[in-house]
Amino acid sequence: MSTTTARPADALREGDTPAEAAPSGAARRVGGIAGWVDDRTGAAKPVGYLMKKVFPDHWSFMLGEIAMYSMIICLITGAFLTFWFVPSAGHTVYDGSFVPLRGVGMSEAYASTLNISFDIKGGLIIRQIHHWAALMFIVALTVHMFRVFFTGAFRKPREINWVIGTVLALLAIVEGFAGYSLPDDLLSGTGIRAMAGFVQTAPVIGTYLVYGIFGGPFPGEMIIPRLYSVHILLLPAILIGLFTAHIGLVFVQKHTQYPGPGRTNENVVGFPVMPVYAAKAGGFFFIVFGVLAMISALVQINPVWAYGPYDPSPVTAGSQPDWYMGFADGALRLLPGWLEFEFWGYTLSLNIALGALVLLPLVYTVLGIYPFVERWVTKDDREHHLLDRPRNNPVRTGIGMAGITAYSIFMFAAGNDIMAIKLGMSINDITWFFRIGLFVLPPLMFWVTKRICLSLQRRDRDTVLHGRETGTIIRTPDGKYFERHDTELTADQWVLVQHDPVAPLELETEVDEHGVARKTSRLAKAKVALSRFYFADAVNPVTPAELAAAHHHGEEHEAIEAAPSADESEPAQVGRH
Amino acid sequence: MNEQETHHPGAEVEPASTSSTAVRLDEGHIIGTGGVPERFTNPGLPAHVARAADLDEAAARRAEKQVATLFGLSILGTLAFIVLYFAVDLDQTVFVPGIGVTNASNLALGTTMALGMLGIGFGAVHWAKTLMPDEEVVEERHPMRASDESRERVVKVLAEGGEQSQITRRPLIKYTMGGALGLFAVPLVLQVAGSLGPMPQKSLSRTFWNGGPSGPGEDPEFRPLRLMRDPEGTPVKAEDVTIGSVFHIMPEGLLPNPDDPEAEYLEKHILEEKAKAAVILIRLDEDLIESQKQRDWGHQGIVAYSKICTHVGCPVGLYEQQTHHLLCPCHQSTFDVTQDCKVIFGPAKRPLPQLKITVDDEGYLVSAAPFAEAVGPSFWERG
Amino acid sequence: MNSLAARRRHPAAIAVLIILGLFLTGAVYAAFAPKPADATTKALPAQTVEEGKALFRANCASCHGLNAEGRATGNGDKVAGPALAGVGAGAVEFQMGTGRMPLAGPKVQAPARGEVKFSQDQIDAIGAYIASLSPGPERPSAEAIDPTKGDPAKGGELFRVNCAMCHNFAGAGGALTRGKYAPALTGTSDEHIYLAMTTGPQSMPVFNDSNLSPEAKRDIIAFLNTIEEQPKQGGLSLGSMGPVSEGLFAWVFGLGIFVAVPCGSAPNRPSTPSRFPTRPSNRRSVPR
Repeated sequence: MSTTTARPADALREGDTPAEAAPSGAARRVGGIAGWVDDRTGAAKPVGYLMKKVFPDHWSFMLGEIAMYSMIICLITGAFLTFWFVPSAGHTVYDGSFVPLRGVGMSEAYASTLNISFDIKGGLIIRQIHHWAALMFIVALTVHMFRVFFTGAFRKPREINWVIGTVLALLAIVEGFAGYSLPDDLLSGTGIRAMAGFVQTAPVIGTYLVYGIFGGPFPGEMIIPRLYSVHILLLPAILIGLFTAHIGLVFVQKHTQYPGPGRTNENVVGFPVMPVYAAKAGGFFFIVFGVLAMISALVQINPVWAYGPYDPSPVTAGSQPDWYMGFADGALRLLPGWLEFEFWGYTLSLNIALGALVLLPLVYTVLGIYPFVERWVTKDDREHHLLDRPRNNPVRTGIGMAGITAYSIFMFAAGNDIMAIKLGMSINDITWFFRIGLFVLPPLMFWVTKRICLSLQRRDRDTVLHGRETGTIIRTPDGKYFERHDTELTADQWVLVQHDPVAPLELETEVDEHGVARKTSRLAKAKVALSRFYFADAVNPVTPAELAAAHHHGEEHEAIEAAPSADESEPAQVGRH
Repeated sequence: MNEQETHHPGAEVEPASTSSTAVRLDEGHIIGTGGVPERFTNPGLPAHVARAADLDEAAARRAEKQVATLFGLSILGTLAFIVLYFAVDLDQTVFVPGIGVTNASNLALGTTMALGMLGIGFGAVHWAKTLMPDEEVVEERHPMRASDESRERVVKVLAEGGEQSQITRRPLIKYTMGGALGLFAVPLVLQVAGSLGPMPQKSLSRTFWNGGPSGPGEDPEFRPLRLMRDPEGTPVKAEDVTIGSVFHIMPEGLLPNPDDPEAEYLEKHILEEKAKAAVILIRLDEDLIESQKQRDWGHQGIVAYSKICTHVGCPVGLYEQQTHHLLCPCHQSTFDVTQDCKVIFGPAKRPLPQLKITVDDEGYLVSAAPFAEAVGPSFWERG
Repeated sequence: MNSLAARRRHPAAIAVLIILGLFLTGAVYAAFAPKPADATTKALPAQTVEEGKALFRANCASCHGLNAEGRATGNGDKVAGPALAGVGAGAVEFQMGTGRMPLAGPKVQAPARGEVKFSQDQIDAIGAYIASLSPGPERPSAEAIDPTKGDPAKGGELFRVNCAMCHNFAGAGGALTRGKYAPALTGTSDEHIYLAMTTGPQSMPVFNDSNLSPEAKRDIIAFLNTIEEQPKQGGLSLGSMGPVSEGLFAWVFGLGIFVAVPCGSAPNRPSTPSRFPTRPSNRRSVPR
């Protein structure tokens, strides 16, 4: 700034920040278009910020990428399909190239889907890529959700992202359902019939709801065009918006990382977007697209021409929805009929409502609130950027496995007739197995998982406490031999000890500092009980003191006679290497 | 129990010094770590291990060639796609071992597209893994929360703005604004919810068997309707139905009848009527029928039931001739025809409604009355 | 020593040896195993009712009674074999021609077997005998089952209303209650499809000519032939079982490929000493 003689007006400049140095030659020479854009938007700053962002490297972080890329591929191929698909239930007679359906009456939607499959070059491959990408999208987001759950990546500050992810998951399966129902074939039409049936059973409003959705009696002419606008307009808009927020938050909050040497809660260790991740992640998009294209070239999906057009009278054996709706269909198969009650002229069909109307929102609500439940139990307000190894939170991992078990039972139940015919079993027996299994298997899985986690944790402790066998044999004056174990922690054992010790919350004392009995609320008691459920048998990491104590007897003449403490893995052995 | 007890209830001695310094053996029971730190310290990033291409220019050139080859394959794939798009006709087929005869165009376009994509993908990833820097970079995190000054600034701006708008001093504005904003969306919601579809009225309780179209607001007068084969549309004589056979039935007037081109049939709302009017016709040995009502509503052991499952509405088509069970393929509700289609397994509750039938003077089966109850899935007002 | 001997301690050596041993055992067994006893008599001249009766008495009467009157097991309503009055030569051709009969043992349902135990002449003889007891469905003429004379599109409509709910949209089969099933229709001859419709075997309803006219039956046969000859348009059909097999494929192979790709590709490092100076002992200390 000016260094000339002071003037009265200079007082006004007190507190001014010095002007930045004039831009260097390189900054001024930023290439034509980029410079033009930056001149008008200032985009250089955020682009620079984004390009230098560091992302940690682990294969499990790619699951979310698979989901994202599959969704993008669905958007691209879907846009193509809209050029040929006719979203109309109007009646037409087929005269295209597929011989077994020539002369058959069908809807325009179905006829246009046959047209895409057989009379448009590349139509079938685009259709198949679209459907396979939809399946992969939901598979990948489910496994991604498992990864986030089991590693505790939903903890502060990522609760918002978890909730966004839950909503994305729910919307994705609704989007898929709408999408595969558009061709109006026999199989998906049967699914729509089931939807009409269970919407109809909703208490009080059911009949109005179903006539509203279908624009009259089932099937009507409105359901196909309405599903179309939901599928190409409403849900994609919300999905894109939410997923942009989802990715944006990942950038802003920086990605979590697995614990390891050099990785702390206060840093991110990995590679920057430019050039490494731009190449890896960008390349992975092409890999996902390529693999989906290869699968679509070789494996058939949703052969609507074989199902035939929808008609309320025929039906095919083995009527299932796409896999991600399987859990709701399975619930409908497992719920017993005696749950339907009639009273005072009204019918309450809990056998249907519980499985079809309550289950879906319930599952996603339970998922969505889990971070807040865990926060309430642990009273943990710190930011967490280091991932948990699943074994280090046995109860969370057990809860997750129990949830997956229950979900899987519902999902496999939807395939009970396929199982019956492929395995030569009775469908009635299979149904009963799942009915009983639903109550027995999840708690069993919880218990087994928790025990496995605790054992793994103890094994980690043993590994550390065992130390490193040095091969140096020491003989004490008394004549006892033992091998000296090095108690220094090796770098690759850091992962075994880095996690924080935990303990259950304690109730505040019954009596406060003045000696007056304190009233503990029920909620506080519940919180303590839940905390004990989570952490009562916690296995905490080895501390330096424990490691030193474990081998203390080896150094001098004291404490050799003492019985081996519980912290020792095994008595010292001679000659073992 | 905790594997590592972090405190011992009962007699505790305050440590003479902070826990991480050494203690003397005569100090009694001291809680401490005896001179070692409380927790292990992070060993820090491991040393970087160079890759072949980092050290050896020949290896780097090899990697470059590999990347270039992959990109080249992508180009080839894309070019092949372009050629095959024009060269392969839609009706051509090709034999692929393991798949069989398949659509040549789908296979050709899909595999070439895949090659085009995978070439780029693998090329880029291989380039990153071999040639791009793989030294790990450390970026510091900052707490997510904004600084206290930022927070205060926001609070100040909002508070000042609120004060300047005078909303706190003018409750009338506040309440009426709340009312207006709370209500403004109602017209949008009302238009959609109200106009989406008609009121069902009695439509769910009526079917075409009531005498004609049974949509909302329609109230047909009953007349006997012949039972017609679905999908052929021809009428069924009582003697055609033998024990062990099953017929799929639609009412007369719904489908065109090839034997009678003059006969009227429905032009609109066909599927809506079919969805309620589907009937299944079975003949049983009369001795097997348990209820008198079922016998009366049938004709010499021929009984007609609604084909629409009372669970969520799939057609119940699977008839097991020997066990006289009707199975719905969707959720496996099983109905016993000898017991008036009572539910014997599965998630349905109500039995299938029976259609009362008789024969007309030409021997064809006709309906004697409409369904006595609503067919298909239950609903709240069903009663 | 030669290279094979040098690798004798390879971990896979024992597996290879066991596999080779199994193959050898199986081959020797196949070569020397006794052939299944042939319960039939020598090939006979022209089919006669008497021949059929003799064959019937020898092979079928143990379950179906000496005069095809059926045989109870004495266990409630259960029958060892039903009475065959009125089943006709058609049922005999269907049951024996598909290998369902003679039934090897009591089962929920008689499965079709690949190998047929009797020659066509013998089946015809038994059929003639059964038909002589009382009239029943006969074998169709060649014209009645000629798929080129049928309309596959109409056949498809009929198939979907009457057959698909048990046999699946592609004739891939479907489940019935209590372990019974509607079998897959692929590989079944046109005549046997026709006869199954007219005779209504076991759980299958009877589709007599007044239910599905002979033309309708021929249309259905034409449809089944067409879909069997159709190319697999989109690729592997995964059993034509619908979304269940597609979902399974996406989870197993789709996810498998995507996880294998990043896991399988590792940066190539020169074979230099490992990262850390000393390897810890045999205890596994680096968790994944």
